[in-house]
Amino acid sequence: MIDYRNRKGRTDLEKKAWQLRLELLRMFSYGKAHHFGGCLSCAEIVAALFFYKMNHKLPNFQDPERDRFIMSKGHSIPTQYVALAMLGLISVNELKSIKSLGSRLQGHPDILKLPLLEAPTGSLGQGLSYANGLALAARLDGLQFDVFVLIGDGELQEGQLWEAAMTTHHYRLNNVCAIVDMNGYQSQGAVDMIKSIEPLADKWRAFGWHSIRVKGHDLKEICQALDLVNGQQKKPISIIAETVKGKGVSFMENTFKYHNLDISPEDYRRAEAEILDKLGQLNEL
Amino acid sequence: MGELRKEETRDRFGEALVMLARQDRNVIAMDCDLGRSTRSFRITEVDPKRFIEMGIAEQDMISTAAGLSRMGKIVFVNSFATFVTGRAFDQIRQQIALPRSNVKICGSSAGLTEGPDGATHQSVVDVALMRALPNMTVLIPADGNQTEQIVNAAYSLRGPVYIRLSRYATTNYTTIGTPFMLGEAQVLREGEKVVLVSYGPVLQNVLTAASLLESSGVHVGVVNFHTIKPLDKNKVCSLAKQYRYIFSIEEHSIIGGLGSALSEIIAEMDGISRTATLVRLGVQDRFGESGTGDELLKKHCLDPEGIARSVVGRIEPEGGSC
Repeated sequence: MIDYRNRKGRTDLEKKAWQLRLELLRMFSYGKAHHFGGCLSCAEIVAALFFYKMNHKLPNFQDPERDRFIMSKGHSIPTQYVALAMLGLISVNELKSIKSLGSRLQGHPDILKLPLLEAPTGSLGQGLSYANGLALAARLDGLQFDVFVLIGDGELQEGQLWEAAMTTHHYRLNNVCAIVDMNGYQSQGAVDMIKSIEPLADKWRAFGWHSIRVKGHDLKEICQALDLVNGQQKKPISIIAETVKGKGVSFMENTFKYHNLDISPEDYRRAEAEILDKLGQLNEL
Repeated sequence: MGELRKEETRDRFGEALVMLARQDRNVIAMDCDLGRSTRSFRITEVDPKRFIEMGIAEQDMISTAAGLSRMGKIVFVNSFATFVTGRAFDQIRQQIALPRSNVKICGSSAGLTEGPDGATHQSVVDVALMRALPNMTVLIPADGNQTEQIVNAAYSLRGPVYIRLSRYATTNYTTIGTPFMLGEAQVLREGEKVVLVSYGPVLQNVLTAASLLESSGVHVGVVNFHTIKPLDKNKVCSLAKQYRYIFSIEEHSIIGGLGSALSEIIAEMDGISRTATLVRLGVQDRFGESGTGDELLKKHCLDPEGIARSVVGRIEPEGGSC
């Protein structure tokens, strides 16, 4: 586990996030259309979970008390595929097979093809309910673990998420943590323009949750928020992480145009160069 | 035991659930504020913690059940048939059927005989919805004894099952000792020229109709297709070769139910070997309305007299129709 509290640890975590972005782009260059924006925006969140917070209990990933991660915004599953490769749970070479016929790395998570994944998602709004199911079963069986659910901001327009938020609170499933990747854009435009989800923290609070906003690319803030999930919390915690859609690739940032599409080899070179440049700066620290 | 007692399949479901819960601590029941009606609440007699009330939120219930099943629980989810299959169809598709979650979807108060609540609460397309899903098994008990057999079979089968249950009371004409094989249709009566195939509590009316027809000299066979999926294809083919007419009779739309399933198989048979014409009786592509179960069955020609009239009307063109 990397400790964010010292400068070196923080830099190491930042490097993990940028390596995630680099491997994402390399993986994407083998496939067709991809969800660039939402995969890039959650890199720090995924890095903080997979390389700091979660007790994967490696090498036994099947430990019944391992922490669980659910990618409720299933279209961002490639970011998790890369994290799993960086943990050595799948091979980096396999990443090239993404979305191709016969691959375990389906366009959206398939738990039969890749049992390392905890939940089938893709059709939006279903991940938090599934997380509640894991937590209810854990309570019945006397198991201790946390469940982290990554939700898109546009995804919060799905009513089922609020049904689930009510369930988490009603059953006091305080070991369920919801993280919103608040990148501001969805498929057809800005979330505020399509259908506003604000005031978001108030909504979570009204549903009985503790809600905090953090800068979603600041690993110290993300990790501090995750530290609130420590077994002592009196309410379930929702972390609203303010992020930039397409973070790390200048021409993909803050636009919905790169929500899901194919880009040219030239654009791949430009994007990769920008991320390599950033990684180079981090390596000099 | 109780062969002549009239009972609702939902009642026997509750008893079977209690028995399973006593045997296996991983058996869980969930409901959406209808637990006393669906009888799922009875699991609290064994262990109150194993009844999970989800409030009026079918989509949330299905996805939560999928999560529980991932942890090794065997989850019986319950609501009225039309809500649990219709309202939560996408959750069933993505999180139950696709990943083969070990969840048993119990649709209660199914069909027209839900009765007075009317069209909004009656389910006439639930079998069509569940049958279309890959990995889904669809089981429909005809009486109380068969409900017990089906609930046990669903428990033993690892994977998703839809169980259609009813509040229409029927006598038990099968016994607990009647052999039950998942996927194998039950021949209840042999006939000449005409066979009536059906499932669920309306089968009682089909058997009475067969007796009525018998007394007017028409000898009809009766077959119970309690397993709609996987359908007993061999039996369908042999019926299509043995009989001149097959009447499918169901408390469900004629689109997508047993009649459709039969037609899919029969239409693909070699035309020379096939002798039967298929006639689909049931809800004729329309919705129900308020009324008692018996009134509604009569209106849709699913009462014994209506079934008999429909059969005679078709096989003897001068015989009129229902």
